[in-house]
Amino acid sequence: MSAPLLDIRDLRVSVENKEILSGLSLEVRAGEVHAIMGPNGAGKSTLAQTLAGRDGYEVTGGSVLLDGEDLLDMNPEERACKGLFLGFQYPVEIPGVSNMYLLRSAVNVQRKAAGKEEINAAAFLKQARAEAARLKLKPELLKRGVNEGFSGGEKKRNEILQLAVLKPRLAVLDETDSGLDIDALKIVASGIRALRDGRRAFVLITHYERILNLVSPDRVHVLAGGSIARSGGAELVGELEASGYEPFLREAA
Amino acid sequence: MSRTAERNPEVRELLERKYRHGFVTDIESDTLPPGLDEDVIRVISARKDEPEFLLDWRLRAYRYWREAREPSWAKLNIPPIDYQAISYYSAPGAAKDAPKSLDEVDPRLLETYDKLGIPLHERARLAGVAVDAVFDSVSVATTFKSRLAEAGVIFCPFSEAVREHPELVRKYLGSVVPYRDNYFAALNSAVFTDGSFVYIPKNTKCPMELSTYFRINEQNTGQFERTLIIADEGSEVSYLEGCTAPMRDENQLHAAVVELVALKDARIKYSTVQNWYPGDEEGRGGIYNFVTKRGDCRGENSSISWTQVEAGSAITWKYPSCILRGDNSTGEFYSVAVTNNFQQADTGTKMIHIGRNTSSNILSKGISAGKAQNTYRGLVKVFPRAEGARNFTQCDSLLIGRDCGAHTFPHMDIAHPHAVVEHEATTSRISEDQLFYCRQRGLDEEDAVNLIVNGFCKQVFNMLPMEFAVEAQALMNVSLEGAIG
Repeated sequence: MSAPLLDIRDLRVSVENKEILSGLSLEVRAGEVHAIMGPNGAGKSTLAQTLAGRDGYEVTGGSVLLDGEDLLDMNPEERACKGLFLGFQYPVEIPGVSNMYLLRSAVNVQRKAAGKEEINAAAFLKQARAEAARLKLKPELLKRGVNEGFSGGEKKRNEILQLAVLKPRLAVLDETDSGLDIDALKIVASGIRALRDGRRAFVLITHYERILNLVSPDRVHVLAGGSIARSGGAELVGELEASGYEPFLREAA
Repeated sequence: MSRTAERNPEVRELLERKYRHGFVTDIESDTLPPGLDEDVIRVISARKDEPEFLLDWRLRAYRYWREAREPSWAKLNIPPIDYQAISYYSAPGAAKDAPKSLDEVDPRLLETYDKLGIPLHERARLAGVAVDAVFDSVSVATTFKSRLAEAGVIFCPFSEAVREHPELVRKYLGSVVPYRDNYFAALNSAVFTDGSFVYIPKNTKCPMELSTYFRINEQNTGQFERTLIIADEGSEVSYLEGCTAPMRDENQLHAAVVELVALKDARIKYSTVQNWYPGDEEGRGGIYNFVTKRGDCRGENSSISWTQVEAGSAITWKYPSCILRGDNSTGEFYSVAVTNNFQQADTGTKMIHIGRNTSSNILSKGISAGKAQNTYRGLVKVFPRAEGARNFTQCDSLLIGRDCGAHTFPHMDIAHPHAVVEHEATTSRISEDQLFYCRQRGLDEEDAVNLIVNGFCKQVFNMLPMEFAVEAQALMNVSLEGAIG
């Protein structure tokens, strides 16, 4: 079996001196979709933010390799250029900065880091418009300020648009399904399905089984008490529906 | 910058990145010794072959200035200025051999303009810009005079206007900014050496954008340019002004006056990108930019619009204003002021509503970084007879780092009961969430800051003519270098 794309070993993370992740291990191989579920406060978002390199998430132990390289040694932009994408739970608004301008800048810095030439502006726009249409994102939102005045659902779809254009190796989606109505959820799910291929991997952080029914993950993990309490196949989703997180919390304690 | 450094492209690039326009042109110049008295004013006036009325006016201004005091109401810390240590006249080369055409202009001077990217020669034609370049005190070359002349537009150095069109100068000079207006306006009126003059005849749309580029080159000289723009009935003009100065450890004084007159149905748009040397990281050196700019909407339905990007100068004291005298006239003020390191800016506008149904719009964006202080100061005044006056003011401040300051002083003086005056103000720090979002997409911290700041300024940049908007954006990035981290 090939080496994992993402290899997290015994990761310990503290926020404001409080340990949130206490020895989390996870292997994600290229082509796989992993779901991480768990109760509020279990550390799901902490995991996402730590992988992306946010300040204030202090790694006190363990290691994280992306494609064999030490992820924890890189700053956030280097991680992005190595192919790590974080779909934010609450995408921030950046007034006055056109959505397309940010995205094109991101594409170009990532291409530059990979030793490629800048993308042709017309080709970029064509691609972005096509992806936006697929996600049923109104064309005027491309010109507007980043997430400026977007509805909750539009912000989440905009994250998927960025994902589709940036084509990262590893996408960590932090509750991208939260707050979406069923139609928006279907659009987001089909966006994710369209991007599944043998090289790319997904880590979906979610509370709800409904997106997992649409995306069908290869592996499902329950995060409780700061580490993975249980792992299984897609069937684990149904089990969780029936039992809730209570048994895992007891196991973890 | 030394000659060796200029020859070494890497060194040059590094230096220019710090302050791109910090080179000194080494040419012979005709400079008066430092000091100011009535004799100096007489010499200036004589060198320029000025008519009697102008010398009289200068002397009255000087006598007023001698008794006046420097204003102290601004939120600025201004070190004492020794006005006797400044030279009040500096002309490249001997005054008698003033260039008659571009071919006669010292090539090193043209090289200087080249570095600044001023489109003289044919490049100007391509860019569609007519440039009046003021180098220290004398206007060096004015391009496109002939094409403008066909339209009846007068665009020339101020001193030429004094010779060729004394009746216009006499009629309008000091009619918007009288010499008694303030300390620096009085000083300027006494000693101004050159500047630009524009007259747009009735019902004429100026066929191209007019542009002046100011540059202070000589050491210990002040620059006191005077600009006068008159838009006659039904005419229209867009005027651009850019400024730079070389790096020097000493402070240099720049006290300009700009007067705009818009007659009935006339429109004037005045854009400034100010990039005077701001001083170094320790606050040494830099230009004192004490400028009085005012427009008079003298006729009905006239409009005056100021757009400014203030990025340079150690200290900026500047309030481009509109007197809305004509009924239905409109005034606009769009401003971006960015301060870094030890820079101080106290800038804003005055909108004086006198006529009926006058309206004004103020949009001010202040960005403060390092240890800089940035102040918006504005006045909206509505006279008792200004039926139907309206004003909307928006002031936004952005702070980068913990040691800088942003201040807002909006004054309102409303004497009509039905005036509609609105004011909105925000102050925010550049947000960690926004920075992290951009970095997660691959942008480094500096690019992320530039992106966010440019977004913050977008509404104002949109008001600038295209080529200036690009320059303004680049300027913001240079100005904020080292602001983070």
